Amino acid sequence: MAEAIVFYTLAAFILGFAVLVVTTKDTVHSVLFLVLDFLFVAALYVLLEAPFLAAIQVLVYAGGIVVLYLFVVMLVNLQRPPEAHEDPRRLTRVGFGLSMAVLAELAAIAAYSASIPASPAIGSAAALPVSGNTEEVGWMLYTSYLIPFEIASMLLLVAMIGAILLAKREL
Amino acid sequence: MIDALLIPTIKILIVLNATLVAVSYMVLLERKVIAWAQSRLGPMRVGPYGILQPIADALKLMIKEDITPVRADKWVFTAAPIITMVPALIVYAVIPFGPEVSLFGRQVTLYITDINVGLLYIVSVASIGVYGLILAGYASNSKYPLLASLRASAQLISYEVAVTLTLVSVIMVAGSLSMVSIVRAQESQQVWFAFIQPVAFVIFFIGGLAETNRAPFDLPEAEQELTGGFHTEYSGMRFALFFLAEYANIIVVSSVATTLFLGGWLRPFPSWEWLSFLDIIPSWMWFLLKSFAFLYVFVWVRATFPRYRYDQLMRLGWKVLIPLAILNLVVTGIVKVLVGAS
Repeated sequence: MAEAIVFYTLAAFILGFAVLVVTTKDTVHSVLFLVLDFLFVAALYVLLEAPFLAAIQVLVYAGGIVVLYLFVVMLVNLQRPPEAHEDPRRLTRVGFGLSMAVLAELAAIAAYSASIPASPAIGSAAALPVSGNTEEVGWMLYTSYLIPFEIASMLLLVAMIGAILLAKREL
Repeated sequence: MIDALLIPTIKILIVLNATLVAVSYMVLLERKVIAWAQSRLGPMRVGPYGILQPIADALKLMIKEDITPVRADKWVFTAAPIITMVPALIVYAVIPFGPEVSLFGRQVTLYITDINVGLLYIVSVASIGVYGLILAGYASNSKYPLLASLRASAQLISYEVAVTLTLVSVIMVAGSLSMVSIVRAQESQQVWFAFIQPVAFVIFFIGGLAETNRAPFDLPEAEQELTGGFHTEYSGMRFALFFLAEYANIIVVSSVATTLFLGGWLRPFPSWEWLSFLDIIPSWMWFLLKSFAFLYVFVWVRATFPRYRYDQLMRLGWKVLIPLAILNLVVTGIVKVLVGAS
């Protein structure tokens, strides 16, 4: 019962801040609401007894990526008027299409998970040779999910090299 | 009921108040030590040897006029000192001042909490503190604070990488992220991690100086170039919050360094029997002594070294400390595998 109350309070805050992120006129304020949103998502992870994920959420998203967002927003002039030949409602249409796609995807996931019987969690605590949240995450990453993990790190490496190439034309 | 609510509340109250007192006396320590280094007396007027100076300073800052610039972004301008101060204080939740002791016939732990991801918690909370600096510079709507906050955040983000990498090598040796377990690991391995990880220790200390904007890396508040730094437009208690947060962060870095590298609350050489007379000093006192030594070195460094130039700072961070930290990490991993195999 208490857990449900906390969950719905957190969910209300998360959704509320998410709405503020997209509706606030001042871009810097919008980024700040995004930080708050990420912090509340981290609280949700704590509620789910995943402290490692919560700390990483704060470290990587709230403390790392959004700082770079803030840099870009602060340093880039956002007051530029739209180009005359551009259709002003183009972005609205693209945004609407994208959000519909995400909604359809979420609905598909919900329908799929409702249709299959609840399977025991892959590698429930008893099956793992290690204990503790961090250790379990590490164990799962390096055994069951090794290939996705390596692909993700490969992607990051490619992104990093790409960024260096873009920034430095002559190497 | 008592165990779940009352004792943690009392502990939090004690730690918070002790921290704020320690922070204000850290200011006095700094002024005194720098004065001695320069053959001066330092504050002498308020109380004997200026011992009441922090109280006078606090009173002055509280009754000063609090100005918000007309063209400032008011909400963000108000929030920035708070965003800086709060992370600096909540970090103390996981710092272990001592082991379990019995107090009034009850087993009490000398830390507020021992979470499984303690070290990660410290790093992530510290990464939130950057926002205070950036937003203070942005919201002031003034050129010097903006320049200073850009400098400060670039510096913090750069050195955060090196510091976090050294923490990873400590975690590999200790085999845990919990602060208490890291101290226990130093007890069972019978050596302070400063001796196993000397490179990490040095990088952590240099990175700690840069992370707290201390001399010789105090570019965000280089008076000659930027008047006052990112808090130029702040006055009164809001300025004091930035000031307090800076010193609170110095104490945090000192306590984390003590916990990770100098054995936390353990006495020197905990395995040597003939040194057991040292146990007369309680464990929390050892922790405070070691942290105090760090604080003293912080001030000493400020009195000794001139300020770096900005390009030198960035070169040191990215081309020396980060590669060195990565190398240290790889070597630690290889040695750990070799030792484990034999």
